[in-house]
Amino acid sequence: MSSHNESILREPLVTGRDITYAKVTADILVPVENKPNKAWWIGFIISVLGALLWVGSVSYTFWTGIGAWGLNKTVGWAWDITGFVWWVGIGHAGTLISAVLLLFRQNWRNSINRSAEAMTIFAVICAATYVISHMGRPWLAYWVFPLPNQFGSLWVNFNSPLVWDVFAISTYFSVSLIFWYTGLLPDIATIRDRATGLRRRIYSILSFGWNGSVKTWQRFEIVSLILAGVSTPLVLSVHTIVSMDFATSVIPGWHTTIFPPYFVAGAIFSGFAMVQTLLLVARKVLGFENYITMFHIESMNKIIIVTGSIVGVAYLTELFIAWYSGAEYEQYAFLNRVSGPYWWAYWSMMTCNVISPQLFWFKKIRTSIAASWILSIVVNIGMWFERFVIIVTSLHRDYIPSSWVMFYPSVVDVCVFIGSIGVFFTLFLLFLRVLPAIAMAEVKLLLKSSSDQAKQKLITEKAVDQTHAQFYIDSLEKYDSVAPQVAYAKGK
Amino acid sequence: MSNTKYILGHFEDPDDLMHGIEQLQANDISIYDVFTPMPIHGIEAKLGIKRSRLPIAAFCFGITGTITAFLMIFYMLVLDWPIDIGGKPAFAFPDFIPVMFELTVLFCSFGMVGTFFFANHLFPGRAPRVMDLSATDDRFIIAIDAKKNPHLDKIDHLLKTAGAVEVKYNERKYVSYE
Repeated sequence: MSSHNESILREPLVTGRDITYAKVTADILVPVENKPNKAWWIGFIISVLGALLWVGSVSYTFWTGIGAWGLNKTVGWAWDITGFVWWVGIGHAGTLISAVLLLFRQNWRNSINRSAEAMTIFAVICAATYVISHMGRPWLAYWVFPLPNQFGSLWVNFNSPLVWDVFAISTYFSVSLIFWYTGLLPDIATIRDRATGLRRRIYSILSFGWNGSVKTWQRFEIVSLILAGVSTPLVLSVHTIVSMDFATSVIPGWHTTIFPPYFVAGAIFSGFAMVQTLLLVARKVLGFENYITMFHIESMNKIIIVTGSIVGVAYLTELFIAWYSGAEYEQYAFLNRVSGPYWWAYWSMMTCNVISPQLFWFKKIRTSIAASWILSIVVNIGMWFERFVIIVTSLHRDYIPSSWVMFYPSVVDVCVFIGSIGVFFTLFLLFLRVLPAIAMAEVKLLLKSSSDQAKQKLITEKAVDQTHAQFYIDSLEKYDSVAPQVAYAKGK
Repeated sequence: MSNTKYILGHFEDPDDLMHGIEQLQANDISIYDVFTPMPIHGIEAKLGIKRSRLPIAAFCFGITGTITAFLMIFYMLVLDWPIDIGGKPAFAFPDFIPVMFELTVLFCSFGMVGTFFFANHLFPGRAPRVMDLSATDDRFIIAIDAKKNPHLDKIDHLLKTAGAVEVKYNERKYVSYE
């Protein structure tokens, strides 16, 4: 039912007074229907410069070959694969929010799923660019697909996790894309019906003729639920397979069975951090404080503590098992990680990923926007170091000490990485301008049950237990978007 | 009012809309369709709309993907070009599973979404069959075919007592986007 009553004890998901369905539409479409502000232009220009840097450095790589990077004969895989795993991991939060939280009926996902899914798609695009550019001969990229032998190679080897990865990443990208786009149809129809002229024509094409009839909504809901059902194991399989790129090899430090769960937890960890990085800024700049509330921020921070702790336990387990295995090479690989020439990378990873998220146990920090934003960036720095540590420290000292080397990134390596961040933000900022960053139809669902307005009404009508009402009012204390109303409700 | 083709009852609240549907049904007035800006749970049962068979389609597409993947890998690795990897058997079934899973998901998702778009006539460039522009914004709209239900004032009265904020008499069925 659209108006089932939710317990008064639950914190509101939508705040603000006089929120109506029309106001939801109008608020969310502000950035889409108006000219962008200065903050957007500044962000966009910087991002586009980053994207141009990416175009330049990737073109240079294609022209000269991957000798343009800092790779050598011992470390044959470094920043490229680090960047790839980092971006794929970031993408995971979008699917987790849109699919897993849908299956668990977590209504707070409704206002963050759209932008998180967009983030997934853009992050996977960035990851895919690394896959293509690290191939060396990118014009033969189609060799990864199972094509008959006359196309140049044998059938691909389906015993190899790299081939599984091709299938996993391409399935993940395309399924995320249709999940996202199907969810967008009703909202694109809303823009269409408010627009005029050329904009109406464009959005009309994009809306696929959506009209919101009963049968459309019925099928839409089923499609969303089943897509969520298949995307949940999909997202787990993707990072599992990414981890198998390493785990099925025989390199000490890679050859561990803990990799799949450890990588998946790390992916969700970094993905939520990236969602925080983006949304904390977006909610302020676009004025979405009433829809992306302190409850959302706090919930995401809680997920960051949980997944950060799982990652921490995985690091310690890895160390313990390396010692307990009694295998000399395994033991050396880990000793070298912790105290070898890359100790600073290992301890940056430990500090950023394991220690810093524990600060979120303090409610003050967890509900502080500035602290959440800074820590979200710290987490992603840590997650980048995690991949770097796993990849480079396992490779740089192999079985023959005479070939032990250090890895130094070339300028091109650095430019490709910084450029990929530029590509990501360019796409994300364009998304904010042309499509609604919050799923309007889904937020409208929350209005009658989970909004502060509906709950305040129940309290005013004395329809709920007074002690419960007091509990609810106290829980509003942390909200930055309802502060003036707390006093008003307290009088009752 | 003789040219009226469709009567549209505009509601501002989904609960009033449900109430309106009950009122109309109690008076044997057939409802053409209902347009809403968000899904209304329980409305299908009230309007007697059958359960969707999309889950069955999704399952069939999914299983097609599983079988396709298995046959493809089996053909390539076992029948067409078996490779001797350390004397291990070419038919290494556990290694087939990841790709079989991925193609199951891929076929299921694309097949199901394709079926949904096909069944609802959704495709890029489709002329939207929208009866009122506010149905995608903040209005919950019941559409009644005026030719089949002649007592317009009675319908008007029923809709308004149920809580309709506006009743419109449309002379053309769909909004023109030209």
